[in-house]
Amino acid sequence: MSKARSAYSISGKKEKFDTHIIVVWVDNEAGVLARIAGLFSGRGYNIESLAVAEVDKKLNISRITIVTTGTPQVVNQIRLQLKKLVPVHNVADFKREDKRVIFKEMALLKIVGKNEKRDKALKACKKFNPVILDKTNKSFVIQITALRREIDKMIVDLKKFGLVSVSRTGAVAMTRGAEIFK
Amino acid sequence: MSKLYTGAEIVFKCLEDQGVDFIFGYPGGAVLPIYDELKNHKSIKHILARHEQGAGHAAEGYARSSGKPGIVLVTSGPGATNVVTALTDAYMDSVPLVCISGQVPTHLIGTDAFQECDTTGITRPCTKHNWLVKDIKDLAKTIHKAFEVATTGRPGPVLVDIPKDIQFNKFSYSKLKKQKKINGKTHNFYTQTNIDELIKLIKKSKKPIIYSGGGVINSGLEASKLLREFVNATGFPITSTLQGLGAYPGDDSQFLGMLGMHGTYEANNAMHGCDLMINVGARFDDRITGKIDEFSPKSKKVHIDIDPSSINKNVKVDLAIVGDVASVLKNTIKKLKKQKPNFSNSNKSNISKWWEQIQKWRSINSLAYINSEESIKPQYAVQRLYELTKNKDTFITTEVGQHQMWAAQHYKFDKPNRWMTSGGLGTMGYGLPAAVGVQIANPNKLVIDIAGEASVLMTMQEMSTAVQYSLPIKIFILNNEYMGMVRQWQELLHDKNYSESYTAALPDFVKLAEAYGCVGIRAKTPEELDDKIIEMINTDRPVIFDCLVDKVENCFPMIPSGKPHNQMLLGPKDQKENKITGKGKTLV
Ligand SMILES: Cc1ncc(C[n+]2csc(CCOP(=O)(O)OP(=O)(O)O)c2C)c(N)n1
Ligand SMILES: [Mg+2]
Repeated sequence: MSKARSAYSISGKKEKFDTHIIVVWVDNEAGVLARIAGLFSGRGYNIESLAVAEVDKKLNISRITIVTTGTPQVVNQIRLQLKKLVPVHNVADFKREDKRVIFKEMALLKIVGKNEKRDKALKACKKFNPVILDKTNKSFVIQITALRREIDKMIVDLKKFGLVSVSRTGAVAMTRGAEIFK
Repeated sequence: MSKLYTGAEIVFKCLEDQGVDFIFGYPGGAVLPIYDELKNHKSIKHILARHEQGAGHAAEGYARSSGKPGIVLVTSGPGATNVVTALTDAYMDSVPLVCISGQVPTHLIGTDAFQECDTTGITRPCTKHNWLVKDIKDLAKTIHKAFEVATTGRPGPVLVDIPKDIQFNKFSYSKLKKQKKINGKTHNFYTQTNIDELIKLIKKSKKPIIYSGGGVINSGLEASKLLREFVNATGFPITSTLQGLGAYPGDDSQFLGMLGMHGTYEANNAMHGCDLMINVGARFDDRITGKIDEFSPKSKKVHIDIDPSSINKNVKVDLAIVGDVASVLKNTIKKLKKQKPNFSNSNKSNISKWWEQIQKWRSINSLAYINSEESIKPQYAVQRLYELTKNKDTFITTEVGQHQMWAAQHYKFDKPNRWMTSGGLGTMGYGLPAAVGVQIANPNKLVIDIAGEASVLMTMQEMSTAVQYSLPIKIFILNNEYMGMVRQWQELLHDKNYSESYTAALPDFVKLAEAYGCVGIRAKTPEELDDKIIEMINTDRPVIFDCLVDKVENCFPMIPSGKPHNQMLLGPKDQKENKITGKGKTLV
């Protein structure tokens, strides 16, 4: 067999995959999310998480934050392909390691069980700005904000304290300091 | 208050403002208000296709031969789904189309109404952009924007979906205001430094090659002129992609022929061995590059393209110049002439060894074939067709298969917009309807579809369109009774298991022509071929020409799957040593 992987593949050598956070400003119009998601699925790009909401009512702009993985070449393609879409105004792209940018996810955790277990659960969340949003004598709903992997870990750790349900957002991002993206 | 117009009237107001003279379409329930309005707009002529795919390809042929956008009008549901192949074809080959589709009334959307489909959903990945117009106030604005998106930057298809109630609603119409740019998006992103770098590379190179593509044609007539000037000013050899043919004269001595999978030996070897590759409006498609990690290993690569996402998509380049090729070429020529007024002469010795090498490759004569006295060789048929029509400013369309490659190899184009073929999508059935569109745009010109018997049956119904509008298109079928290209791959890759590639029960094409009310001609021997071709040319009506060719001829040269440019199969005798092995077999 020939040693070539494939004649028409992008490259024979394996390139490193990086995690990137891509921020996209779009017109808040019907179907825009389908265009973005369709671009990713159609071209075989990854979406690890996606968060979207309108950020400017007057200009009708939504801000989408997408976490994706890919080789530098693929991430570059993602950026350039996104830019071509008509409702897209601007695209920013950061590596997850980028120290100039803050990334955060939010999770809602429902803990059911005896008092002391619930208190232990709350304690375990300490580092992640826990807020109790709902409280009964059997349950808590706790809101935490943290990095993806921190939330991943909390979900495992809290099982033993009665975690029964999790709802989480995708990551959102913001630059540090006075600087803004645009 | 300003005058109120119905949605259907507004559609035509927009089309008139955009200078539209032809619409290719097919009526149905959801577009009836628009069809009703047609009678009031004498400057716009509707061409009734026989299938919406045909309407779409006809609009493509119109667009590519005229440089203007093609307009398609279809009904909802099946009308819209039938046009999807043509939209995808136009998307892949960067053809500007504006497709207007009817939709069920807004209050029925989402109810699985009769002939409802999610048209914008289905066409989202095969258009540059699409719109569902839900408010009559947005209609005019949307249609004008659709034209702008289709025709600016890298051109492509767009679709505007108009629910039937919107076509009846009334609103005012304000004339088109020319906008400068969409969304702040301009198209020239390059700097003078980029041009300076390019010139530095040009001056240094000992083994240069220019590789031009469809972007030159899309950029307009000026770009083709500038390309010729650029080639002349540098003295460099030039090769072209399938879509770029005609931008540079095919019979010029600096032209090395087409490159890629069925490109010439000299073009592919020059691409492989060069030290400087200047890509002008092409996109490093896989049919061009062959095995990507062995693609042109020692060259500096320059990529001139209007689409930033084309840069570094398949091949990493050393210098990217993002902009309209006409603008970039103009700047480059100006600078080069200023710095070195007589560059092509003064640089001659610098690249003379390279030209010697190219002449050696050329002398292999890779397009040669073994001719026959008994049967018509398909290559011979194309050559004769070329010789007998070359003085006529002929327009050629093709279907997809071996005949398409033979046409590209043996028909020499010396002007842009004369060659219409489905390259990116490879759509069998493209050529006949495309010829209809080309003939509409070029009423007194000779328009020939070089066809395969299998492909042409996919959209044969459009012969009826040609007859209705007295379009004297010529369907020149290289009839080998096989899906020849499929048979060729089966011969090379699947031990001659010709699974389902023989086209049994073919119609009698001459009788078929007569049934459509056009003229059928058949050529069986090389001896009678010339006379029959001349008869075809002299027939002022649509013709189906059934050219019975050698059934087992293969298309060479060929870069087999899994091989780089410098390992081409030259002909039948060459196959043994260069057999496609291993993973190469799994490639398409
Ligand atoms: C719509 C469509 N279906 C299938 C194919 C795959 N295909 C490529 S070439 C070919 C055979 C074409 O046969 P014919 O038109 O007779 O041309 P020839 O190769 O014999 O010249 C086929 C089936 C295609 N390109 N398009
Ligand atoms: Mg055939």
